[in-house]
Amino acid sequence: MTRARPIRVLLAKPGLDGHDQGAKVVARALMEAGFEVIYTGLRQTPEAVARAVKESNADVIALSSMAGSHVPFCEKLTPLLENAGLADRLCIIGGNLPKRDHAHLRQLGFRGIFPSSSRLDDIVNYIRDNVS
Amino acid sequence: MSGERRSNMRRVVNESGIEIKPVYTPADVEQSGGFSFIGEPGAYPFVRGIHPLMYRHRPYTMRQYTGFGNAQDTNARFKFLIANGQTGLNVAFDLPTQCGLDSDDPLAHGEVGRVGMAVDTLRDVEIAFDGIDLDKITVSLTINGAAPQLIAMYLAMAQKRGYDVRNLRGTAQNDILKEFIGRGTWIYPVEASVKLVGDTIEYCAQQAPKYSPVSVCGYHIRESGANPVQEMAYGFCIAKAYADEVIARGVDVDEFAGRLSFNFNVFGNIFEQVCKFRAGRGLWARIVRDEYGAKKPESLWLRMIAGGGGGGLTFEQPEVNIVRGAYYALIAALAGAQTTALCCFDEAYTIPSEYAQRISLRTMQLLITEMGLADTVDPLGGSWYVETLTNQMRRNMEEIMADVAAQGGIKKLIAEGSIQAQVSAQAYHMQRAIESGEFPKLGVNCYRAEQSEEVDVEMHPYDEEDCRRQIAALEATRRSRDAAHVRDTLARLRDDARAGRNVMPAVVEAVNAYASVGEITTELAAVYGRYREPVKF
Repeated sequence: MTRARPIRVLLAKPGLDGHDQGAKVVARALMEAGFEVIYTGLRQTPEAVARAVKESNADVIALSSMAGSHVPFCEKLTPLLENAGLADRLCIIGGNLPKRDHAHLRQLGFRGIFPSSSRLDDIVNYIRDNVS
Repeated sequence: MSGERRSNMRRVVNESGIEIKPVYTPADVEQSGGFSFIGEPGAYPFVRGIHPLMYRHRPYTMRQYTGFGNAQDTNARFKFLIANGQTGLNVAFDLPTQCGLDSDDPLAHGEVGRVGMAVDTLRDVEIAFDGIDLDKITVSLTINGAAPQLIAMYLAMAQKRGYDVRNLRGTAQNDILKEFIGRGTWIYPVEASVKLVGDTIEYCAQQAPKYSPVSVCGYHIRESGANPVQEMAYGFCIAKAYADEVIARGVDVDEFAGRLSFNFNVFGNIFEQVCKFRAGRGLWARIVRDEYGAKKPESLWLRMIAGGGGGGLTFEQPEVNIVRGAYYALIAALAGAQTTALCCFDEAYTIPSEYAQRISLRTMQLLITEMGLADTVDPLGGSWYVETLTNQMRRNMEEIMADVAAQGGIKKLIAEGSIQAQVSAQAYHMQRAIESGEFPKLGVNCYRAEQSEEVDVEMHPYDEEDCRRQIAALEATRRSRDAAHVRDTLARLRDDARAGRNVMPAVVEAVNAYASVGEITTELAAVYGRYREPVKF
């Protein structure tokens, strides 16, 4: 299927976590795959992420979290996205994500979960397969 | 070797881009610059070590990175490590503390006590070190953006306990420039941040001359994607930026250079790593002597922690990380590091358990007790391979430093995001090379587990209750302190910042009045502004 424009990904670093090596590596992989990537940089609040998604009209919301606060962050972000009418966007998350949290993250709408050790091509393919 | 066999030979290039030969001879050393820049241990250029007897006199300090929850939780883990023979402490702070926020700040939601100990006021620092002898156990504070507050709190705590701060040893990481490249706990813009590092160096040189106010880190630049020679070269560029800041205030280089310390990473090829440290020691000595005109020998010393880096450890087959850690500790010992630490085998999953911390500690102890690593200085010195590679790596570092200077200097390159873009591009290529199998990584692209195995790692619990207790304690401290006095100290702090004076005396006064980390940040940010990250690919 052909799209009018490239898949647009809003890639964000939630909370105070400053480990952005992974996020930047993923950003490059997505750009190389032909996606349009908007990388927010560090220290994003849930409100800022929701706002950035709305402003950019991104197809995909990708979070990179290495410091353990992914669940409280997503608990705040999900209702903001719903209230803004953005619940149809594909939400994915990568980083240091213990298995015990995966079910909860899925419940919050994060369908694609990519823990440390995930492969770049798997992330690219997942996005391609799941954005209509 | 026949010509035919040589032509079939696998080509080896190390991470620093140096082609490695199958055999080295004295001719290789001569060609790479000779034996003239080696010297003896304890003598210029200190390639073989900064002390004549090194570990025979005193083995390396073992200093695992530790901290979580609140000050009580962390104090208990400190005591566990000390009881198990650890000889120093390295404090992990939670992200709100590192970013200069109080625990009740809305931005701290979900992060209080999670990846380190929460500190709001001097009270927390008093609790964290309660019952620990600060003369016997030196403390390293892994704090950068909020370093003025935490250095002030540490000195204030020690003073209250009766220590003479003029004799107090210890280290603060306080290397803000590398935070812009990796790790990300910056607060203020680049220039103001460097000014604050200068303030702490100048203040300690005058008030706490045995305290090391900065530990310049190549470590996190390496974790962000730099290769070993870049790691050290960028670290030296950053150290020079701080030295220049302090010297511009009229402080003599010999008043502070001896208290600069360094933090470098250990993972990768054993010989490349050992040579990195040897090369770096010689290069730093030459820079401080020839470029800065230092006279005291200790000003030339590259005093360092060499820490086994998380970047080398794998999520897959985490038990193999125990073995990797053993080699990293071996490298640090062969390299003559003053201090070592290891990332634990479970660290890709969780905050290390006591069990994992003890394995790391025992690994470092084993080299001293059973393996003879503390018996002889620089045991690899004189190897034709090692001396050649040391010369070659030093030359590569010099080239990288000259390049940085030619492009306008490290502060400019960091402020515009160029160094960040370069190392992240390298991290991307390395990740691709690992995924394609071109760069072998055990358990990841070779010798993989047959099927996905359940990994047996004890997950560190995060206690939400700790966060509520921390906020309650902060509120109690706010109620009990002299509010008018706090206001006065904060007003003085803002005046000093605005006037461009050294802010440390005012920060010390404020923390003694139990002003919080966040309140002090607010005053400084009102004058300096806050950093805006350049996003550049």
